[in-house]
Amino acid sequence: MSGKPVDISDNQFQEEVIEANVPVLVDFWASWCGPCRMVAPVLEEMAQEYQDRLKVVKVNVDENPDTASRYSVMSIPTMILFKNGEVLETLVGVRKKDELSGIVEQNL
Amino acid sequence: MSSLESQNETYDMIILGAGPAGLTAAIYACRANLKTLVLESMLSGGEITATDQLDNYPGFPEGISGAEFGERLEKQAKRFGAELNFAAVEKVELEAEIKRVFTAQGEFHGRTVLIATGTAPRTLGVPGEEKLRGRGISFCATCDGPFFREKRVAVIGGGDSAVEEALYLTRFVDKIDLIHRRENLRAIPSLQEKMFSNPKIEFHKNCVVKEFGGEQKVEKIIVENLADSSIKELPADGAFLYVGRIPNVEFIEGIEKDAQGFIITNEEMETALPGVFAAGDIRRKYLRQVLTAAADGAIAAAMSIKYLS
Repeated sequence: MSGKPVDISDNQFQEEVIEANVPVLVDFWASWCGPCRMVAPVLEEMAQEYQDRLKVVKVNVDENPDTASRYSVMSIPTMILFKNGEVLETLVGVRKKDELSGIVEQNL
Repeated sequence: MSSLESQNETYDMIILGAGPAGLTAAIYACRANLKTLVLESMLSGGEITATDQLDNYPGFPEGISGAEFGERLEKQAKRFGAELNFAAVEKVELEAEIKRVFTAQGEFHGRTVLIATGTAPRTLGVPGEEKLRGRGISFCATCDGPFFREKRVAVIGGGDSAVEEALYLTRFVDKIDLIHRRENLRAIPSLQEKMFSNPKIEFHKNCVVKEFGGEQKVEKIIVENLADSSIKELPADGAFLYVGRIPNVEFIEGIEKDAQGFIITNEEMETALPGVFAAGDIRRKYLRQVLTAAADGAIAAAMSIKYLS
């Protein structure tokens, strides 16, 4: 994997997230959301740090309303950790890297 | 810089919080060659990053987005050599000459400490609030407003923030119920005028929220009218809470605070402890704004420089 967060669309979600063979941290964001911009560097660090053990993907909720609505995202940033196609954790709001790492570590 | 390296040195100034107060202090301290560390538990910029448009900071005639303002502050502080570490402060020991700050990433030592940790949104503590947070209950209209296109939402509160954010939300929603516990709003007159002339906003005065109802998401809000004790049920898809802020001071002991927990300083931002300062929204003060936070930060840095020389 690239070690960088990857932008994905509604129609890539199945393949990139649900069928992924590693845990996937999905960040739901939008350009108009200030705190989302602040989360971006944290996600980059996470992608860098976990390399091929974790996939970090970003879903722009404006361009991909289906996925956001399927997972009842009503507040952003929301981060959802998936493993084997299942939702393990849903985190609403800005999170510290320590906290995100802790949750990811438990589920690798 | 790893925390292990940091642990071996003593900073001239450790700043807790990377909002406008903390980062302005960092700019002033670094420009005076103070070795400066800024510790931030969340992300740079502070509360202003959740604001769509900062319109009252002088020098930005067109306004500036809160997020961009936060990014610029960080960039400016780093330009002068401020070190920024994203570590949550767990405990502080501020009495001795060398002050100790304990974080999840280790211990840091400083000759002076500036407390600029700001505030967090107050919650109501009513049934349904915790469960439905992020499922219709929000503290950030800028972040979440667009999820409520053509929906009906409530805004709770009566100050500038509540009214300003209600007006912002009218871009998206069909109807807003503004619920305020008093007869009159506290918001400035110009905001009130805009609000009362906006047909999308209905004002529910003397009303308090008793409960947020809904299973998977907010569906209704149960409201009591304090004037006649009547109860009404408002259908709602969401609720935005602007019912005040509480100071982030849990980990700070041995410093004088007012009844609400805000830190008491003199005009030079000094607390009663030598070498320990407070700046920004965390202070007891009349006006909590980006501008006054930045001003506090500049003064605190100047006093820190004076203390060290």
